[in-house]
Amino acid sequence: MWRTGCARGCARGMGTTCEGTSAKRMARVGKTYGTLYGTRRGDRVSDTSISAPGAAVGRSARVALAGFASGVLPVLTVVAAILALWYAACVPMNIHGTVNLARQHGFEAMPTTRGERRDMGAFALIAANPVAIAFTWSEDKPRLPAPHQVVSELWVSTVSVAPTDKRSLVFHAWATLSATLVGFVIGTGLGILLAVGIVHNRAMDMSVMPWAIASQTIPILAIAPMVVVVLASVGLTGLLPKALISAYLSFFPVVVGMVKGLRSPDAMQLDLLKTYYASKTQTFWKLRLPASMPYLFASLKIGAAASLVGAIVGELPSGGGQGLGARLLAGSYYGQTIQIWSALFMAAIVAASVVGIIGAVERVTLRRMGMRT
Amino acid sequence: MDGSTTPGTEAGIVTEAPVIEAKKLSLTFQTNDGPVHALKDVNLRVDQGDFVSFIGPSGCGKTTLLRAIAALEQPTSGTLTVNGLSPDEARKARAYGYVFQAAGLYPWRTIAGNIRLPLEIMGYARSDMEDRVNKVLQLVDLEGFGKKYPWQLSGGMQQRASIARALAFDADILLMDEPFGALDEIVRDRLNEELLSLWDRTGKTIGFVTHSIPEAVYLSTKIVVMSPRPGRITDVIDSPLPKERPLDIRDTAEFIDVAHRVREGLRAGHGDDL
Amino acid sequence: MSLTLPNRTVLLAGMALIVLGGVLDWRLGLVLAVWLGLWALNAAISESGAAWARYVVPVLFGLALILLWELAVTLFNVPLVILPAPSAIAAKIAGTTDLLWQDFVQTFVMGALSGYALGCAAAVLVAVLVDRSTFLQRGVLPVGNFMAALPIVGTAPIFVMWYGFGWQSKAAVVFTMVFFPMLVNTVAGLKEASAMQKDLMRTYAAGYWQTLIRLRLPAAMPFIFNGLKISSTLALIGAIVAEFFGSPIVGMGFRISTSVGQLALDMVWAEIAVAALAGSLFYGAVALVERWVTFWHPSQRR
Repeated sequence: MWRTGCARGCARGMGTTCEGTSAKRMARVGKTYGTLYGTRRGDRVSDTSISAPGAAVGRSARVALAGFASGVLPVLTVVAAILALWYAACVPMNIHGTVNLARQHGFEAMPTTRGERRDMGAFALIAANPVAIAFTWSEDKPRLPAPHQVVSELWVSTVSVAPTDKRSLVFHAWATLSATLVGFVIGTGLGILLAVGIVHNRAMDMSVMPWAIASQTIPILAIAPMVVVVLASVGLTGLLPKALISAYLSFFPVVVGMVKGLRSPDAMQLDLLKTYYASKTQTFWKLRLPASMPYLFASLKIGAAASLVGAIVGELPSGGGQGLGARLLAGSYYGQTIQIWSALFMAAIVAASVVGIIGAVERVTLRRMGMRT
Repeated sequence: MDGSTTPGTEAGIVTEAPVIEAKKLSLTFQTNDGPVHALKDVNLRVDQGDFVSFIGPSGCGKTTLLRAIAALEQPTSGTLTVNGLSPDEARKARAYGYVFQAAGLYPWRTIAGNIRLPLEIMGYARSDMEDRVNKVLQLVDLEGFGKKYPWQLSGGMQQRASIARALAFDADILLMDEPFGALDEIVRDRLNEELLSLWDRTGKTIGFVTHSIPEAVYLSTKIVVMSPRPGRITDVIDSPLPKERPLDIRDTAEFIDVAHRVREGLRAGHGDDL
Repeated sequence: MSLTLPNRTVLLAGMALIVLGGVLDWRLGLVLAVWLGLWALNAAISESGAAWARYVVPVLFGLALILLWELAVTLFNVPLVILPAPSAIAAKIAGTTDLLWQDFVQTFVMGALSGYALGCAAAVLVAVLVDRSTFLQRGVLPVGNFMAALPIVGTAPIFVMWYGFGWQSKAAVVFTMVFFPMLVNTVAGLKEASAMQKDLMRTYAAGYWQTLIRLRLPAAMPFIFNGLKISSTLALIGAIVAEFFGSPIVGMGFRISTSVGQLALDMVWAEIAVAALAGSLFYGAVALVERWVTFWHPSQRR
């Protein structure tokens, strides 16, 4: 981030890399000396944000972006390979159910008794009933739905049904997403405030920071059901309990990330501002806050992914409610496998979109600030 | 360590096969902005026991030439032989030790462990490794530092350890790419002296890239002056300075003459592309 | 060592707040007094610059929180079904240790740990395999990044359907949760060895496997351990949440969801306390091993 920044602070703003040789040489020296003996780059490795859910898309963006840039082909190849494996896996997973189903429709199944078929291994059964293979990809309640089944279910429940209809996945996705967004905004806002407090007040720093770091090791998600039920007993239901869980889950990653970011300017930069007799507020707005942007976005991505998971888990205790979590639960109760998979895919799409939007905002913001990711 | 032949600095009267020979060597990089002629028609002959410096401004191809000799880059045309073999065959025969700009020691190994690294890879016997590590630590004056970790040593000491690592195995050639570039002048002077004494004791053939004129003149028996765009040799100077060189030889008239000649060569190279 | 009092304005403001609260309700005043008093103490200790302050201050903060919690719940008679007092929770923990231990073994040892070990090992293996081909790397890394961002806990019902209610389905969820972050971290770590280092290996005519074992894997260790630490927290979360979707009659997630249904919140908090302890100890253990393996990294050297 600021590895090759000029101390002169060009007109474009501090933290830009000027075109002069000094920056280039620093970069070259930094590359040869800096990597194994890691200076700031090494420090950043040990914080937990490199690849918690969502973070890697920006934190190692160089890696991910290079992947996209040097060809969509590798990605497509891997995706195609995964799809091929998926279709192949459907056959042994579904063969038992398929053979039973086929028999009900009058096909001859080998061996003939249900008991024998149950005891046979999947591959032996496939070998005995090759006709059934094609049917493994179009069962009603398969153990492993085929990709096209999931896609068509997704299509049916998003496009063919009105978004306000209770059967629509869009409806449920919005129920979850709205709670996520509210919680995420609250959690992030409070987190940033606490981070500012921690950086400027030593008592807060020493009291709260160890707990903030420790809380990342605690499975906070486990309290989600309790929060929902307790708030329900005081009369708060619907969006608010889920939003509170989401807020809590995004709070600590943002605090830890922002504190790291606000503390990231190096001693040289801080000394420069001291020579200007800048106040703490001025230092904050002119130096600390802009310097913390990459860290902020990295934590936002983690926080967003965590908030979404929190909202989904928050829907579990109430059962029969709205939201993607509720759909997952309903699907698992009634054995509607394809419904489970489509709800899961919807959740994945929502998560990817949210993280992707944050990533896009990050790229635009950082580019305008002259910091390259 | 062989140390039998004297450095062949008499121009034209060397009868042994050259250690490094390049004939019309060219190397072009294909970049997004078009082809970059890093080396064009380079002719060079380095004999056993020579200390050759390559000097020139940035982009003149001196590092590229060294890397081509080390088989880290592939030439696009011309011939290049090392010990009579192609550079890659020489590499596989472990004919040279390479010292980079940065010490590049493994921080998870002690200094002794770092020196053992090439020995382990090349399959030396355990007792042999011990001997070599001790001998080489003595050579570079780092005795007693074997158990330390790289970060506990200063920059100069780390670079000495890196040189030790390159000397640990049996290779007749030592290739060094601006090894002292990042060190301060006082440390650099001392290391220059030590390198000369090392060269004297081991009799290896040394290829040394630098962009410091005093360093090149002080250390070498042969100075190769290069210029950029395209990378080529503008002058090859056989140094008339005696083999015994205390540091204050740098103030003598002959030294200044040679340095002057080098400077002229550099200027000529630059003037070509106006 | 000297403890400084807060400056006069802050002191007066604090006292005014306490008096105001006390006027509204004596209990509120008492709670405020305890809170602000402890805060002032904490602030004084942190400002004192004593060496032991680093350890005392967070502990004091935590104890203060628990004290205020106990005070508030007792004074205001907060019902058990909303928020139990710390004393009630402690009593519950003491009274049900064997049950808590059974739940711990089921969820952590059998579910989380097995999934964690298998998932991390598989991820490192795949990363090493993918490392041989830049083409594969360029395909796998974006896909891995993408998968790491998804709510993998949603796969829990699917795994329960395939593997039943036992610990195997939980281990499968943990495996999936842990795999992608670990994969991305390991691939990133394997890229860490600089071009110069790889050139050095070429000058030694070292083969691919020699370079991998002597250079690239040790250089990758900081990233690998980063992944291991993140995965340790994900593992426990995955195991517990997976149990919300179906479990035999034992397990932390099971106990939490059934106790929530019965409104036995002290049991819920007892389980959460055990989970918190397990989570932080697990993370701490991984961090300790990291200290030993990556002793050379700047972040580990003070």
